[in-house]
Amino acid sequence: MGVIQKIFYVHVSCAFSAFVAFGTCFYANLRYVFTREPQSDWLGVSAAEVGLAFITVVLVTGPIWAHPVWGIWWTWDARLTLTFVLGLLYLSYLLLRSMVEEPDKRALFSALFGIFAFLDVPLVYFSIRWWRTQHPQPVILGGPGSGLEPRMRVSYLLMWGALTGLLILLLSARYRLEALRASVDELRREADVR
Amino acid sequence: MALLADTTVLLGKELRTEFRSRELLTTTVVFILVVVVLFSFTFDPSASESRRFGPGLLWLSFLFAASLMLQPCFLREQNNDTLSALRLSVRDPFSIFLAKLSANTLFLLLTEVLMLPIFAVLYNVHILAVFPQLVLVLFLGSLGVAIPGTAFSAISAQARMRELMLPLLLLPLLTPVLIASTEATGALLDVNPALRVDWLGFLAGFDVVFLTALWLFGEYLLEE
Repeated sequence: MGVIQKIFYVHVSCAFSAFVAFGTCFYANLRYVFTREPQSDWLGVSAAEVGLAFITVVLVTGPIWAHPVWGIWWTWDARLTLTFVLGLLYLSYLLLRSMVEEPDKRALFSALFGIFAFLDVPLVYFSIRWWRTQHPQPVILGGPGSGLEPRMRVSYLLMWGALTGLLILLLSARYRLEALRASVDELRREADVR
Repeated sequence: MALLADTTVLLGKELRTEFRSRELLTTTVVFILVVVVLFSFTFDPSASESRRFGPGLLWLSFLFAASLMLQPCFLREQNNDTLSALRLSVRDPFSIFLAKLSANTLFLLLTEVLMLPIFAVLYNVHILAVFPQLVLVLFLGSLGVAIPGTAFSAISAQARMRELMLPLLLLPLLTPVLIASTEATGALLDVNPALRVDWLGFLAGFDVVFLTALWLFGEYLLEE
């Protein structure tokens, strides 16, 4: 595959980070519904935004690789379509948040939508998988005959570590921002009351 | 039992409200008709092309129609300030959802069955021989649309730009329903009709997953 193969390290690691972020968002959503702590809401929105950023990288690097290798930019295969639909679902999640004014309501409704959206993920995956699939089989943990060259494994692990680190960094920065935003809102309300 | 009794009463209320004006049903039927006719301009609806594209466009028009039809479901309660009264009147808030989603499924099914003959005539497909099987697909598909649709109409009723918000929340989530229903309908309208039990099972599974989720989280959707 030549130099284009190198995109694999970024693509797969970003996909991993995106899925971790969406998993975190689901956990935060569930936690918010049951505990009603604003912290869970902050975590939820941070994870959704960061996940969306990673999934955008996945959706951009994918076609760059696919064009020389498959000869097409895009195909409606199971994993590609799932990634796209997942991106759309979390885009709707963020849009919904911007459309509800009251903070408590916004947190609760977006959390409930997030739960429904996450439940949909396996259903989307299996429906498209039965429908058609073309994505290369998983190279790592993909059963016998799969696996990476030792040198490739080192580069992959490095990239994976770097992007997971980036995920944690972005997530904590975004979380701090949301916490600050909430305290500014609160101060503003207090000032209005006085 | 209490759940069932409450649901029946509320379902009666939903049906009475709709059949008094029949606003929702008539507008939805006309909307689907418009979409189906407009679609015919995008390709040549000969017999073989219709069999290829027909089921997909039929379900796409149903999905678009549903995302509009489900709007007033909770908006009506909110505009008339009847949501709190509704909550107080039932023992289990799930019965509100159960009644609303049954009504919505019924309305969707009704419009779909009304549209089927017109679709068959316009696109030259034979539906008479497989009509009962088609109704089964339509029922499971409509239920799959109505369950998350009813839940999200409670969410979108509280948002700004709600007319745009509901389709935006609902349509990406319904990807599996669109695929499964289109495949099942396509197999039935084929030259050699076949009932795809695997897709029907998938649709039933989708319905069960979201019905369970609604049962678990429904009461939070009604908080004010």
